[in-house]
Formats: sequence, C-alpha cells, structure tokens
Amino acid sequence: MMHWAGGTPMTYLYGFGAKAYPVVWLTWALLGLSIFVCLIFAILVPWGVMARKSRSVFGAITTEPVSRGPHAVHWITIGVALTVVALTASVVGTVAVLAKVSHPGAGRPLTIEVTGEQWWWKVRYDSDSPDQMFWTANEIHIPVGRPVRVKLMSSDVIHSFWFPALTGKTDAIPGQTNVTWLEADQAGRYRGQCTEYCGLQHAHMAMELVADPPARFEAWRQGQLRNAAEPATPQAMHGQAILVKSCGACHTVRGTLAGGTTAPDLTHVMSRRTIAAGVLPTTSAGLSAWIANPQAVKPGTKMPTLYLSGPELTDLRTYMETLR
Amino acid sequence: MTATGLERTPEIKKVTPELARHMEELWKTKPGLFGFLGTTDHKKIGIRYLVTAFAFLVAGGIEALVMRVQLAQPNEHLVGPAAYNQLYSTHGMTMIFLYALPILSGFSNYLWPLLFGARDMAFPRMNALSYWIFLASGVFMYVGVAMGAGPNDGWFNYVPYASLPYNPGLNEDFYSLGMIFYGVSTTVGAVNFVVTFLKMRAPGMSVNRVPIFTWGTLTASVANLLVVPCVSLAFLMLWLERQFGFHFFDPGAGGQPILWQHLFWMFGHPWVYAIVLPAIGMVSDGLPVFCRRPIVGYTVVSLATVATMILGFGVWVHHMFADGLPSLALSFFSGASIIIVVPSAVSVIAWTATIWTGRPVITTAFLFFASMIVLFVIGGVSGFMTGSVPVDWQLTDTYFVVAHIHYVLIGINLFPVVGGIYFWFPKFTGRLLDERLGRWNFWTMFIGFNLGFLPMHLSGLLGMPRRIYTYPAGMGWGWVNMVTSIGGFLFAIGVALLLVNIVISLRRGQVAGPNPWDAPTLEWSVSSPPPSYNFAVIPKVESRHPLWEDRLEEIEGHTRVAEGPVLDHSKEALTTTILDADPDLIMKMPEDNVAPFILTCAMSLGFTGLLVHLWWMAAAGGVLSLVSLAVWLWPSRRLAQVSGAPL
Repeated sequence: MMHWAGGTPMTYLYGFGAKAYPVVWLTWALLGLSIFVCLIFAILVPWGVMARKSRSVFGAITTEPVSRGPHAVHWITIGVALTVVALTASVVGTVAVLAKVSHPGAGRPLTIEVTGEQWWWKVRYDSDSPDQMFWTANEIHIPVGRPVRVKLMSSDVIHSFWFPALTGKTDAIPGQTNVTWLEADQAGRYRGQCTEYCGLQHAHMAMELVADPPARFEAWRQGQLRNAAEPATPQAMHGQAILVKSCGACHTVRGTLAGGTTAPDLTHVMSRRTIAAGVLPTTSAGLSAWIANPQAVKPGTKMPTLYLSGPELTDLRTYMETLR
Repeated sequence: MTATGLERTPEIKKVTPELARHMEELWKTKPGLFGFLGTTDHKKIGIRYLVTAFAFLVAGGIEALVMRVQLAQPNEHLVGPAAYNQLYSTHGMTMIFLYALPILSGFSNYLWPLLFGARDMAFPRMNALSYWIFLASGVFMYVGVAMGAGPNDGWFNYVPYASLPYNPGLNEDFYSLGMIFYGVSTTVGAVNFVVTFLKMRAPGMSVNRVPIFTWGTLTASVANLLVVPCVSLAFLMLWLERQFGFHFFDPGAGGQPILWQHLFWMFGHPWVYAIVLPAIGMVSDGLPVFCRRPIVGYTVVSLATVATMILGFGVWVHHMFADGLPSLALSFFSGASIIIVVPSAVSVIAWTATIWTGRPVITTAFLFFASMIVLFVIGGVSGFMTGSVPVDWQLTDTYFVVAHIHYVLIGINLFPVVGGIYFWFPKFTGRLLDERLGRWNFWTMFIGFNLGFLPMHLSGLLGMPRRIYTYPAGMGWGWVNMVTSIGGFLFAIGVALLLVNIVISLRRGQVAGPNPWDAPTLEWSVSSPPPSYNFAVIPKVESRHPLWEDRLEEIEGHTRVAEGPVLDHSKEALTTTILDADPDLIMKMPEDNVAPFILTCAMSLGFTGLLVHLWWMAAAGGVLSLVSLAVWLWPSRRLAQVSGAPL
C-alpha cells in the first residue's frame, strides 16, 4: 500500500501514527478557525462599504460631511474578547498536543541515526552489539506499530528531517544531536524531504520510509546485515574491481575493499527504490545515467564524473545490479 | 504660547506674501550640483527614498517573475540551481531591506514634519546621511548581484552554509559588508525619527494628538535601534569568521550555528513588525478620511501599535521551532506568538468599525486601504497558525510560510503604500493621480495578488518546501504553481499600471489644491507641493484633527496655522517638550551640507577596501570618514553651538 493517496505524497493534512494524529487534528482545528475568521472579515468589510457607501462620487468627497460618527469602541471590546477566547483555546490545544507528541508512547523504540549530508541522507541502524549495526541511505525501513527514535546529526550544513505524513520537521544541525520520533500505524511507503535550505541541491534531497509488518521488517534487516554477494561472472568481477578502484574512496560495499563513508553505502543499493536521494529510479538506465554524468542529473552534486569507457560502465553497472 | 522658556519672544504675525518670500529665501535648496548633493530638505530626501525604494521594488519584482516562470511547471530548466538560489536570496534581500523599510522611511521623511507642524526633521543632515547610505549600501549589494556574487543563502543567511568552506565566493562577503553598511543607515534614520517625534511637534500637539502613522514609525524606529545591532554584529562575526578564521559559528571549534539564528531572528522578527507598523499607521490615518469620521478607538489603536512592538521582541524563537529546543521554551514562545494577535485584532476591528460607522467615499486610495484589512486578516491568521509549535513543525519551510510572508509584506506593506501614494501624491506633486486608471490599477493588483498568493497556502499544505529551484512531477504541486505564476504576472501588470498612472498624472493630472480629500491633518493646511519651509509661522495645535475641529466640535480652542510666532532670523525651528509639546527651545537648523554625501563616499571606499582585502583602501576610507565627520561636527557659531555665540 502506498501512502501517496491523491497524488500528493507530501501533504500533512492527513497523517498516520501516534505522532501524526494529534497534530493533524490541531492543524485542521486552527485551519478551520483561521478560514472562519477570514470569511468574517471578507464579508464584513465589503458589506460595510456597500451598506454605508456615501452617495457622493469621487470629486465630491468634500460634499460628504464629516461627523464624529457614533461611538463604536464597543466593537473593539467585543471583538477583542472573542479573539482572546479563541486564542486561549488555541494556546491550550497547542500545549496539550505539544505534551502529547513530545515523547513516544509505550513500547521499546527502535533507534536509528540519520545524518544529513549535502545532498543525501545517511542512515545507521543502532544496536548494542556492533554486528547488528548497519548503514544505508535515503531509504528508511521501520516496523509498523513500533515507535522509532530518530537521532539527527549533520556532517556539513543544517538540514531538516521531515516525513509529513508521520512527523513534523526537526533540524539536523552540525555539532549537536537532535532527537525526534515517529511511528507508522499502517504499512506503506512514505515520502520525506530536506526542508532546511542547504545549498545547490536542496531541492533534490528526498528520502523514503517504508513501514513493513514486523516480520517483513526483520527479514529486510537481516538482508541488510549481510555482506555483498561475491560476483559470479567475469563481467561482474571486472565491475567490482572498477567499483573498488573508482568508487571505493567514497562509497562502501561491505565484503569488498570499497570502504569510503562520505557517500551512500552501496552494499544493498538495488534494494532501494531510488538513487541520488530520490532523483532517479534504481534501474539499469538510472544507474547508467547517474554514473555517466552525475552533474547533468544533479548539478553541483559531490559525485564526480568518472570518465569510464562504455564497456567499463556496463561492467560496473552489471556488478552493481547484483547488490541486492 | 508662553514665551518664558524661550531665549527670545518671537513676534506673532499673520502669514503674508512678504513673509513667505523671506522664508523661501532662507529655506530653499541651493541650485546646482551642490544643492543636489547637499540638500537637507526632508521633502526632497523623502521623495528620493520613495523613488529609490520603488526602483528596488521593481528589481525584486523582476527577480520574482523569473522564479515564477521556473516554478510554473515541474522540472523546469529556465535557470539552474546556482542562479535560482541567488535569485531568491536577492529577491528577499531587496524586498525586505531595500524596499519595505526605505519606502516607509520615504513617507515618514516627507510627511512627519508636515504632520507635526514642523519645518524639518530634528537632524536634517543625518536625514541626508541615512538616505545616501541606504543608496550606497543598496548599490554595493547590487554590484555583487551584477557580478554574479549576490547573496545565495537566503536573506536569513544561515550558517554554516554561509561560512567559507561551503560558500567560498564573494557572495557572502558582499552581503555581510553590505548589511553592516545598510545598518548604519537604518540606525541613523531611526535616531532621527525618535528625536523628531519627541521634540519637533508643534506647540499643543501632545502625544495623544499625533497621527497614528507617526506612532507606527516611532515604535518601528525604537525597535530598530534596539535590534539592528544584533544583525550588524552577526554579520560582522560572519565576516570575521570568513576572512580571519574566527570560530563563532564553527561547531568543529566549539562554535554554535544556532547563535547565528538567535542573533538574526532577535533582529529579524522585530524588523518584520518595523516594516509593517508604519504602513498600518497609514491605514489608521488614511482610511477614516474617506469614511468621513475620526478612527474608532484612537487611543487603543495607538497603544496596540506600541504593544505589538513590545510583544514583538519576545517571539523570535518561532522561527526556530524545529531547532530541537526544549519544549518548555517552545511553549513560552508559542504562547507569545499567539497572543501577539490581540493588538493586531484591535486595529483590524477598529478599521472595520470605522467603515461601518462612517460614510465611506470610494476612491482608489480607499480601496487599497480597505482591502488591506482583509489581506491583513489572511496574513495574520496564517501567522497565528505558525505560532502553534506542533502545527508549525509541519508548516515551517513550506510554501504556506511563503504565502504568509507575502500576505504580510504585500498585504500590509505594499497595499497601504500604494494607497498612500494615491492619497499623498497630490501633496507631493500638486496633482491628483487618475482615478479611472486607479481602479484598473487596484483591481489588477488585488485580483492578481490573491490569484497568485492564496493558492500558495495550498501548495504549502500539500507539502511543497521553500527554496527549491525545481520539483518533480507527481507531487500534486504543478497546477497550483501554474496558477500562482499566472497570478504573479497579473499582479506585476497591476504594479506597472501604477507607474503608468504616475507618469501620466505627473503631467496631466488634475490640479489638487492644498486639501483635495478634505483631510484633517496639518500637511493638508499647506500648499501642494508644500513650500520649502513648510509652515511660515509655527502652528498652534488644539486637537487631533486640526482641519476638522470646527465640524467635530470636540475642543475648546482652535488650531491656528495662518497666524503665529515667526521664527525668521535664520533657518529656525521650534522644539517642544516631550509629552505636552510646550515650547522649549528655538533651534538653529543647518544649511545644506555635502558632508553627509562625502561621508557616504568615504564609507563606500572603506567597505570596498574591506571587500577586496585592500587594507590601505579600507584605512583610507576610515580616515576620510573621520575627516568628513570632523568637518560636519565642527562647532558652528551660526548654529549657536559655540558658547557665547550671539543669539
């Protein structure tokens, strides 16, 4: 099930999970109140103008006599009293919802660590035992119904973590660790995006979150813990050699000598729906386009052009397609 | 008038043609280049402010139109990310700093002395200085833009993206130094407004008789004096960090990126009020004229202006709700951000009541003022929504906030400003703007604006982030953006119609006479355009509505403008006491002076030296600045600044 209903994957007018529901409710309440107030004045002002309009036309303003007018300060008294009532209710609602969503509810939370990078998301699944820890990028998987603590960091400039259907924004700020949480109560795929301006490719810093039933999540987790499979064909072996030589300084493929950490971990890159933080689908064509000319796809990206020959590119892609 | 406190007792005379001629001799700006560069006439300076700010509005508008083409459809390629980021940053810098405040300073400069029954601002040369520095700093920053080194980190300029490792070009150096330079202009102007308000009001114009517009500029100026140092400091720190490796904001060396945000928003939020409060005041004064009655609740509306500003100091953190600050702190700022709605509600209700209890005469100026009420409400409630922390975590950094800031800045600044142009143009030029073209102007702007910016709330609610140079298809944002772009262009046509109307009416507009609107305040008691000395004799004010008082029957005495004390020994003005405006001192006003212009040139040289690391040039600029200041401040016997000077 995709939670991209109505063709608007980024809306927060509805949401899913314990953190989203109270906020969605408050958003609609304040939105309704706001629209109501706008309507009052959008009616009251033109109505007043038409109802009280002077019969003098322009050029004859001086023919409309000036008068002190009726005493009307009670308008302000009544209006301010109504305003204060509405505002007080809003403050109470705000503080109540704030208290409710500040901390996750019951249940042992899953902890993930998300680091904003120009312009992608590094994701680490935390564990007490190092062999249960692993990295991935731009795609977060979580079990349905379990609260997830998200520790947010940045390795360069400020970014902001946002899955509108699940949680509001929390900034990822260099030098500090912010903690937020979210919970999905329905399986599905949710879209997120960086929302703090972070430079040239701020527009292309999306991520996805897949909420799976616990058993399926566990299967995914076990899969992610595995090293990359050994290449089975000579072409793939050549591809692996190219990857280690040309990509390994920035990218990691566990089980090979490629161990760079400044770019996404590619060990299971084919298990993710997109590459380049949501810009291209993880298909043969997508991989080729991205590797051949990353600056054309995402101007300013830190991924350099590798100037591979056609056969080299094909072999590299062939190997990468085994990274499932 | 009691003459006891004064150094001499001025003669009481009627205004005669001879007196007027004598005053004109004393006050008129000298012809030629010297007069052009040296004039201290607040009316000339006011017009310069208006024209310059409007030119920046047009520049910022063109930048906006390019962005609207780029965003009209998904995956557009009109401009790339680097160009787009400079466009949106330059647009923000231009509209917020180079248009929104200076345009209001233009109105205030032109109108304040006339509203107060005074002959000039308290510090005429500082007035010239604040204009010249505004112009020079604006040009300085736009030189960067023309070189492709305009700001590229938004007007808010967050670090670390603005820091050297991430932003190695000259972009941020132009912006940092330009903003420090610009801050001098704001500060100098604000001091002048505060002192003028306190000391230059005509006798009898106690603080409860001044036009509300002046309350708006006063509170804005006090706020600017308190908060501009924050942003100047922040930009100085950024500049030092970029040039000399200081570590104020560098987390790797114990610095704090959040420090920038606090300093910036401690300034930034009060600033947002500073660029709307005077405009709100213009509506409070202008709207009742066309409703043919005084505003409902003068006292509460004035106090609401002051209350907005005071509360405005305590809401800056609502720009930082997503920073990970503790919930308790968030609750406080959330509460303050919601409660600040109350004083705004006072004004909105007061205007609505004024319409309902008046007899509105529908002119173009009235249409701009009255429509502003509704736009204010829309911009107000969207701001109120962002005050609620959990909701703001969703709204912030989406187009909902872009919609909000445009309803605030266009709705509460530009609409009153255009209304103010229709209202005061006859005073500025002696001719009325064309009303028929005015209707076209109003409806094009009003429909274009709402067509463009109302749907922006929706693109925000559909989750479209701000500051993205493009967006993928399939997000549901495409059609909303297309509508927004169409509305934006229609709105631009509306603004162009204003310019057309001005050009036509300057030549062929109906001759206005002193008081075409039968308005109540003192600026309408003098000719249009006013003489260089404003008032040949010092007026004596007896009510809030000097020109309506016979009809309102609200006072004991009668305001006098045609007969009063003559101060004609030289360029003289009268200062009065702070609250009650009792005569206090006869002031010798300075002649035209090129020192402010030369000081500005020297400072420009200095800032350019700092920009390009030519330290000798920076030093030369500094020394020349001190020299021109010394020349300026040298005590002058003629200004009675030397003890024992003849009076």
